[in-house]
Amino acid sequence: MEKFIRLTGVAAPLYRPNIDTDAIIPSREMKRVSKEGLGEGLFADWRYSDVAARVPNPDFILNRPPFEKAPILIGGANFGCGSSREHAVWALKDYGVRCVIAPSFGAIFQGNCVRNGILPLVLPEERVAALANAADPRPVTVDLEALSLTMPSGEVLTFAIPPADRQMLLEGLDPIGVTLKRLPAILTFEAEHLRRHSWI
Amino acid sequence: MGKPRTLYDKIWDSHVVHRQEDGTCVLYIDLHLVHEVTSPQAFEGLRMAGRKVRRPSATLAVADHNVPTSHDRLAGIKNEESRVQVEQLAINTKEFGVDYYDMSDIRQGIVHVVGPEQGLTQPGMTIVCGDSHTATHGAFGALAFGIGTSDVEHVLATQTLLLKPSKNMRITVDGELPVGVTAKDVVLAIIGKIGTAGGTGHVIEFAGSVIRGLSMEGRMTVCNMAIEAGARAGLIAPDETTFEYLKGRPQAPKAATWEQAVNWWKSLPSDEGAVYDREVVLKAEDIAPMVTWGTSPQDVLPITAAVPNPAEETDEHRRAAMERALKYMGLTAGTPLDAIPVDKVFIGSCTNSRIEDLRAAAKVVEGRHVADGIYAMVVPGSGLVKEQAEAEGLDKVFTAAGFDWREPGCSMCLAMNDDKLKPGERCASTSNRNFEGRQGPGGRTHLVSPEMAAAAALTGKLTDVRTLN
Repeated sequence: MEKFIRLTGVAAPLYRPNIDTDAIIPSREMKRVSKEGLGEGLFADWRYSDVAARVPNPDFILNRPPFEKAPILIGGANFGCGSSREHAVWALKDYGVRCVIAPSFGAIFQGNCVRNGILPLVLPEERVAALANAADPRPVTVDLEALSLTMPSGEVLTFAIPPADRQMLLEGLDPIGVTLKRLPAILTFEAEHLRRHSWI
Repeated sequence: MGKPRTLYDKIWDSHVVHRQEDGTCVLYIDLHLVHEVTSPQAFEGLRMAGRKVRRPSATLAVADHNVPTSHDRLAGIKNEESRVQVEQLAINTKEFGVDYYDMSDIRQGIVHVVGPEQGLTQPGMTIVCGDSHTATHGAFGALAFGIGTSDVEHVLATQTLLLKPSKNMRITVDGELPVGVTAKDVVLAIIGKIGTAGGTGHVIEFAGSVIRGLSMEGRMTVCNMAIEAGARAGLIAPDETTFEYLKGRPQAPKAATWEQAVNWWKSLPSDEGAVYDREVVLKAEDIAPMVTWGTSPQDVLPITAAVPNPAEETDEHRRAAMERALKYMGLTAGTPLDAIPVDKVFIGSCTNSRIEDLRAAAKVVEGRHVADGIYAMVVPGSGLVKEQAEAEGLDKVFTAAGFDWREPGCSMCLAMNDDKLKPGERCASTSNRNFEGRQGPGGRTHLVSPEMAAAAALTGKLTDVRTLN
């Protein structure tokens, strides 16, 4: 998995509560058997005025300079709620987004981000609102080692993230590889578990 | 005796393989359900790393999300991308030795209908699937939740997941449900009360006399929508209703093992004195037939109410969200909800496509006819539900009334196949999400119970089912 250590870039405001994963990538856009190319379907129903013809909607934030290639999104509370589709995260990543700042996240989406090298960054609601309202075209810097967010003004905010998530992102770990190191313990557990519950 | 534990604590504790210092656990998974949309990249990941499926016998695959529901579907899926996804599932399950119910199999259907129907879903189990509505299986007192594709691959490769325990929340619904009020109305009322993020970080145990009195189908409807309240999972303590439903199902324990299993299942309900991090109580008498007016399941009101006025909302973010929702839905504040005309009616989805749902809708429909200009469809949850409904003559009731009777699948719940709304079309739907574009780009969804959906089909507008009788 790609590591996440430090990121400098523009943050695009998309500050609405409950942006669900159907909005991030509609079901029609995820009929693929690979993870590649899903960026085209990112926010498809909002981003295009004609989805089939891929005509950009000029009002949508990611179609407005300087936010077209923003590597950071500023979302509202409960960002990524709804469907478990990891396609939402693959679409963000394929588009070039590596960090989403929001007051809170849908739980499955948050886990999916961490497993794909995208940082789900939680800040208090009023901070996120201020960031979004400012819609500053200048870059900010996210530093996961220092747990800091440096604003265009030079102001530095700090944030928290579960240590396990931080480690996974910083080291770009392959969780399956890590778990398989515990295979003997899994096999021992499984044998006893199935002995006690033989019908499972 | 140790500290009193909740049902959730007991299932969690009995599946911990290893606990890390920060509280993250390697959790053993008993049953893994797989479908065509969220699994291809996981199988590909295994292939690239040269890994196998650790326990194929604990894994079942079924195609549901984008299968057509037309009667000619066995002649082939016309949509190229859908066809490739379904074919890839067949290839992957064959290569990795996983059981697969294809479209020609009578057992094929929506994965969350199939698991319980086959008796695979059992109390005390850990169950996962790359689908957020896996919460459905919690109705049996199983810890069941949706996961992303990276975790699908993790479970395929290791039969475990890396997880931190959730908090315990209990929602108690006591009293007696008024006539015309169903399990769907109960869960919509709950989401209306706690909000779409109200359960974040928690597993919700549904309790109280109303929940106890529900059938397994009703309990599945309630647990299904736990995710719509933001919860990791929903749970209901197993009891005689659960055991009765399970007994004799193809994959349920048999003979002496059955007794052993039931004994264990009986030890699972939360201990007296178990502590919950959060408690919510609803009175059954306060719940009416519900309908959503906006673009989040929390935008819900009794059918007797009117479209709310954003101007009366004091929170500015909430006001902005309401204004946006009303604009998308094409609704004006103050309009009585039962005056809103619909174009289509959808009865189906993992929330409401089981035999009992179809019986309830058919009872409303019998001897009546779908209103002029309305397209109404019934999509049974599985081939077996369809077969049972046909044996009871329900298909005849629906078709005589002008409904379209279809083949099983997820269908217009998420509009991945040809079943979708056109821009601006309005639908009374028994599904679970009224998100923008969920049932088709620009489509407008009103979530309701099967009875309420049937009533809307008959009158051509959102209707209080109680006024039909």
